[in-house]
This record gives sequence, C-alpha cells and structure tokens, in this order.
Amino acid sequence: MLNSKTPAGPLDQKWTDYKGHVKLVNPANKRKLEVVIIGTGLAGASAAASLGELGYKVKAFCFQDSPRRAHSIAAQGGINAAKNYQNDGDSVFRLFYDTIKGGDYRARESNVHRLAEVSSNIIDQCVAQGVPFAREYGGLLSNRSFGGTQVQRTFYAAGQTGQQLLIGAYQALERQVALGNVEMYNRHEMLDVVVIDGKARGIIARDLVSGKLERHFGHAVLLCSGGYGNVFYLSTNAMGSNVTAAWKAHKKGAYFGNPCFTQIHPTCIPVSGDHQSKLTLMSESLRNDGRIWVPKKQGDNRKPGEIPEEERDYYLERRYPAFGNLVPRDVASRAAKERCDAGYGVGSSKQAVYLDYADAIKRYGHIEAGKQGMHEADEATVIRLGKEVVKEKYGNLFDMYEKITGENPYEVPMRIYPAVHYTMGGIWVDYELMTTVPGLYALGEANFSDHGANRLGASALMQGLADGYFIIPYTLGSYLSDDIRTASIPTTDPAFEAAEKAVQERIQTLMNIKGTQTVESFHKRLGRIMWDKCGMARNAEGLKQAIAEIQQLKKEFWSDVRIPGAIDEMNPELDKANRVADFIELGELMCIDALDRKESCGGHFREESQTEEGEAKRDDVNFAYVSAWEYKGEHQWQLHKEELEFEVAKPTQRSYK
Amino acid sequence: MEHKNINLTLKVWKQKNGQSQGRFETYLVNDISTEMSFLEMFDVLNERLIKEGKEPIAFDHDCREGICGMCSMYINGRPHGPWEGTTTCQLHMRAFKDGETIVVEPWRANAFPVLKDLMVDRSSFDRIIQAGGFISVNTGNAVDANAMPVEKDKADASFAAAACIGCGACVAACKNSSAMLFLSAKVTHLALLPQGSPERKTRALNMIAQMDKEGFGACTNTGACEAVCPKEISITNIARLNQEYLYAGLTADK
Repeated sequence: MLNSKTPAGPLDQKWTDYKGHVKLVNPANKRKLEVVIIGTGLAGASAAASLGELGYKVKAFCFQDSPRRAHSIAAQGGINAAKNYQNDGDSVFRLFYDTIKGGDYRARESNVHRLAEVSSNIIDQCVAQGVPFAREYGGLLSNRSFGGTQVQRTFYAAGQTGQQLLIGAYQALERQVALGNVEMYNRHEMLDVVVIDGKARGIIARDLVSGKLERHFGHAVLLCSGGYGNVFYLSTNAMGSNVTAAWKAHKKGAYFGNPCFTQIHPTCIPVSGDHQSKLTLMSESLRNDGRIWVPKKQGDNRKPGEIPEEERDYYLERRYPAFGNLVPRDVASRAAKERCDAGYGVGSSKQAVYLDYADAIKRYGHIEAGKQGMHEADEATVIRLGKEVVKEKYGNLFDMYEKITGENPYEVPMRIYPAVHYTMGGIWVDYELMTTVPGLYALGEANFSDHGANRLGASALMQGLADGYFIIPYTLGSYLSDDIRTASIPTTDPAFEAAEKAVQERIQTLMNIKGTQTVESFHKRLGRIMWDKCGMARNAEGLKQAIAEIQQLKKEFWSDVRIPGAIDEMNPELDKANRVADFIELGELMCIDALDRKESCGGHFREESQTEEGEAKRDDVNFAYVSAWEYKGEHQWQLHKEELEFEVAKPTQRSYK
Repeated sequence: MEHKNINLTLKVWKQKNGQSQGRFETYLVNDISTEMSFLEMFDVLNERLIKEGKEPIAFDHDCREGICGMCSMYINGRPHGPWEGTTTCQLHMRAFKDGETIVVEPWRANAFPVLKDLMVDRSSFDRIIQAGGFISVNTGNAVDANAMPVEKDKADASFAAAACIGCGACVAACKNSSAMLFLSAKVTHLALLPQGSPERKTRALNMIAQMDKEGFGACTNTGACEAVCPKEISITNIARLNQEYLYAGLTADK
C-alpha cells in the first residue's frame, strides 16, 4: 500500500499542525548534513537557496552553462496567489478548489490545499527579493485573469514572469554560493542515483565539458529536474529539457505517478515544416483579450480579413458561454483539434485556428480615447490608440510571433494550434515530497503531486516555488533529523563504484553501436508515435500499436544509432543519446498508463469515454486513484494505486458552460 | 508569409577544446527554407555531417524562444546576427539572401574562454552576480507584498533593466570586452527598488571589483553593447552605474 503520509485533522489545519510538530535539526547538525539538488529551475534554485540559508551543505547541479538558464525562465504569463488584492472574492479555499476542479479531481487534496496556503508567502518573498512585478499607478501590485478561474489572482511581469521569478531565485542561490553554503556544478548531468542500504545517498554525474564521471555524496537527494514534455520531440520545452534524472531515479525504485497526464497548451505557433525543432508558446494571457475563431465554412481559403463577422465561428464562446475564451487548457485544446479535424482549420497546413485581437484593439482604443478626452475620435485614431495599449500589455509576445512567422499580428489574426507544454505526471511523492526511495525527493514539475490531470495557467510557477521555498525546508528536516549520526559516506563505497561502472558501461555501449541513424531521427520518430497515439486523444487500439512500435524503436536505437565524437570530451550528441534512450523507455510507460486509465479526465482524453457533446467523461467509481508505476525490468511495470479521497471538494462533472 | 528555399555558404569557427588552436571550416548548405530559424539551419547541417561521418558543430542553445540567454553566435561580425533586438535562436533565415556567405564565430573575450567550436564559458557572469547582484533576504516571513508601494515608473524602469538575459552579447560586441552593460542592468534593477536600497553602495563597488578581476575591460562609451543587445537594454544604465559607483566611493563608510 502506498502511504501518502497525509497528516490527520481538518484539511485547513493539516499543514499548520505538521509544521508545529515536525522534527527539527539543530544548526550545528545542519552543517554536517549534505544535500544534493538536481536542477536549478524555480524548484531547484529556491530549494538550494533556502536550504543553504538554513545551514545545510548543498551541492546543486544543472546541465546548462548557468543555473539562470533553467527552463522555468521561459514561463510567460504569471503566478497565482490567493492574495485577494482585487477584492473579487478570492481566498485560499477558492484557489484550492479551482486547482482541484481544474485538475479534474485527480490530485491529492492535502497537497493542493497546502499549495494554496503558501501561495501568498511566495509573492511576499519574491517582492522582498526584488522581483519587479507589474504595478498600478498607486504603486501596488497588478493582477490579471487566467484560464479556469473567475477571479483575478495572477501576478505578472509583462510576458516574462518566469524569467523574473527565476532570476530572483538564482540571485538568492548565487548569494549562498558566495557565502560557501552551496557548491554549484554547471554543465553537469546526473546519470544515476546511488542507493545504499535502501536510502538515496548520492549521485553519479557527468561533467559535460570534460566527459568525466563524478561521484557526489548526499544525505538526501532532491530531484528538481522538470518535466518530460520532450518525449513528444516537439513541445514548448527547451531543447535540453529531459527526463533522464527522474528516469534514473525511477529505475532505482522511485515510482512514477500518472505518467500519461500531459498538458497540451492551446495557444502555440503552428508547425511550419519538417525542420521544426521546437514549438513556441503564446501566453495564455492572450486569451484574456483575444478571441478564437475559425470560418463557419469548411476548407475556407479566404484571407481572415475577407471573412465577414457572421461567417466566423467563435467556437469557444459558442460552446462555453460562461468561461468563453478562458476555459481551461485541456478544454480549449480539444476544441481546437475538434474544429481542425472536422475540416475548419486555417493556414496552409489547416492545422491552426485564429486568435484575433481586432476587437480588443478597438475596445482598448475607445477606453484610451476616452481617457484622453477625445470623445469624437475617428476609427483610425481609436485603432492606433488600441494598438498602443495592446503593445504595452503583450508587445513582447506579438514581436516574437512576428519574428517566427513573418506576419504582423496587429494587422492579421495570429494562427495558433495546441502543443505539448507541461507534464502533470512525474515521480510519485508523499505529503513530504519524498519518493518511494527514502532520502530521495522530487519537487516542482518533476513530481506528480498538485495538478491532477490538468494544470491551471500560472500554477506551475506557484508550485515550483512553493516546493522549494516553503515546503522542503520543513519536510526535509523530518527525515534528516534521524540522520544526524550518519557521517558522510566516502565515495569509494562499493555502491558508488558499482553505480559509476554501470553508467560507464552504458555510455561505452552507446558509443560502440556505431550505426547509421542519428539520435535526432530516433527522437523525431518517437515524438511522432507519441503525438499521434498518446497525444490529445487516445484509444486502446492506438495505444497498443504505440507500445509495439516503441519497443521496436528501442531495439533499433540500441543497434543502429550513430554517435560521433568521443567519450572523454565535450560531446552534445552523446548527451542527447543518453536522454533519448530514456525518453524511449518513458514513452512506453506513458502508453501503458494511458491504456490502463480507461476514463477521460483533464488532459487525458480516451475516445471511448466521452459525453454526447464530446466532453471528457470521468469515471470516479473505477479511476479515482493515482497510478504509481514500479519499474520491474525491461518492458515490465507493476501498478500501485493511491486511492484519492475527497473530503472537502466533492467531485462533480466539470462544467465551464 | 511567402517562403522559399535558399543556398548558403557557411564559414564556421571550429575548435576542439580550450587548449587547441581553432580555424574556420567552410560548409555549403542547400535547400534551406526561409521559415527555418538560424539554429534549425545548423540542426540540418549537423544531421548531414553526422550521416557523412563528420564532426557536428557544437553550439550553445536551450529554450529557442529568446529568453534563456544560452545561444551565442557571432554572425557576420555581429552578436546574434543582423536583426535588432533578437537572439540567435529567434533569428530566421528570411534575414538572408540566396547565395550569401555567412561567417559564424563564438563570443570573443578573455573572460569568456572557448570550450568547443561556438561554445564559451560564461561563468564569470555568475561570479559577478555572486559579488553582490542580489538582495540579502532569507526565505521566510517577508512583509506583505503590498506593504511597500513602488512608483510605477520606477518599477517599470527596474523591470526594463531586469529583462537582461545574461547572454554576453554586450561583451562580445565591445572592443574592450567590457561587461558594463550586463553589470549596470543588474545594479539598476536592484537600485531602483526600495528593497534593494540598503545594499546599494557595497553592491556597486563589489560587482565592479569582480568584473575587473575576471578580466573584462573598461567602458569607453562607444555604445556597441546597446546596439546589439537582444533585449535592448539601454546604455543609460551604465550612466546610472557610474553614478552609483561614484557615490559609493565618495561616501563609503568603511
């Protein structure tokens, strides 16, 4: 039985009670305890900084050339917090409820409530660090709305919120580096977890510059290595984002939770050709003001400007009048796919819908003209003023769109299509964020815990920072307080030797294949299988095919991949091969999980389980559980279930109509 | 948008590692769609090189959406290439003509040693931040975020400076290899906020001292940094930094 270690007591008291009674480590002992942290995004950097401040000896690792480059930096829209600064009815409970409902009742209540509780502290902490959030003229913080909610609780810094939050955490981290509390290892990749007497006690890492393998001891190891969206090859993730650290942990005993829960983001720039290496997100905040539509006529090849108002289908507003263009991501993505599959798509590929700012420009133009006392302003002036307002709000996103597509979004509607963006699944953790391997933790997107089957916009930044700043500093002490007598284990220990040898042999095997196909070509093929058969819509037959195809792909990879260069040097192709090999194995597990979950929920849409109107149909009787998969050997996993109990937020059919 | 395919000649810096001598290699690349990004063009070339049994070109890149600051190519004598306010990863092949020759080099500065081909070591930037590019506040019970109002104009100016992505283009463009634009962006970001005020003096002094120690040059106000900055960080930040530095030097308490 999986024990989530959720504390007893009423939901809104659990975290307070936990903090009041958790065991502590005294400052002198903290100095003797070493913590290894993998990844320096919002979760990793905030955890490294906070644990360093507390006095632990921290070693932090990232594969990029600086911790500031972790992919949290690319988050655009914002971060949620239940501050209720707008006086529009927000509260901790409402944020908790929206998150549980948005996740389609597949998240653990206690974790989500704790997330909502600490959300306010995050904003306070970031402002104290100098994060330049957007402000009103009165000098107070500004908020915007986001999908899946009816209050304005999202804090933002133009379209660069992730960047500003990460720089805040990065600066806090560098301060601890300067103070000697954190040792930073850039351009290092974790290639295994070392387990001694059943406990995680360190890692094997590869220095990506010299190619040398290194051993690092830690009393505990924290995985803050992000999500695995790149299993689809094309996603909004950074090129280097990978599952390797999490996958190594999985193979060493950490169960993988809900691997099939993938978020497909509705507003991305469509694919332009085979050369495409990644997809670019256009922030969800654009749905605040933009209107999404397709022509009412199938295969309409007219330019958007030539299609009159009455021949446009604003399908989100039509289908979901209550939330309109601000329905949650999974709903918006499926609706776009439905229209395109039915033949209403636009652009040369017909795999796109319009996101139109013409109305917003006029609306803002009128308001601005009014502000400036120009009550008789002509159309051209109104549009000019409106464009200025839109530019201030979304300028960087519009510029990015123009650079990529060569089209001016102030003049013609943007073409958008859903793309893989975030993975709600991840390493299974208990209430303390510990995995099924004692001493091994997972934070941020790397764990499965808070977003259920669908994450709401602006909640990923919130979770990453909640885990790193406000949760792990408490829960880690609970484990390490029993470990104060454990002296540092020398890395000459046989377990370190064996782990390094296994890593060495695997790299050697990869290099010795000397086949004919590139790593990239395998990755693309894997991505195609995943997108077609385990993407926005899934069915039993497709998933079974996908599993067979992935197993075949794995065989081919291990017999025909070509990796140039050598082991003992900088070799980006070898780094990539290590990652793609793990993605292939993960892909199989995702399909197995999707096959097991015969219901539709959140981002997981099983075609066999839908309502008459084509909405996702959940099955609470049979599937109100977290799937936690234990690795048993090649192509073999055992399913463990964590039953989900909803004491406060009673599951109902999710409706945004 | 109309698109077509073009043929190009690339002259790319190849260098095995930090210890070895580098040289230019010439590559012909054909049938490049103008819809590709500059880095996707490199992907296409690398795929071909691997299939031909040759060494691919190593370059730094990660987010490919212009925000992580990892990509760093010196293209036809200009960091990040011909488009203003654009990182290499956001540069698209529409910027080039059929038959054109493109020269690609790594960032060149003593404080950014070459690691391989087009990759350089920018950890000197991290050490400059370690010297004072932060506000000393521990995680914990910060006061309510709205307890301290900040004038919108100041907050906006602080944000504009904080938009720096730490790519190092400013250093690569500067004839003195000065890091003043990078450093001044950080000092401005923090100095304009009330939270950053208590450490203003030590921050400016310590960060400048670290910059000198790393081997970056001095600033002679040529403005090349501002001209190539992909985030269009203003050179007025350097004026502010000089002001902060002078003030800190003249009124130092210790």
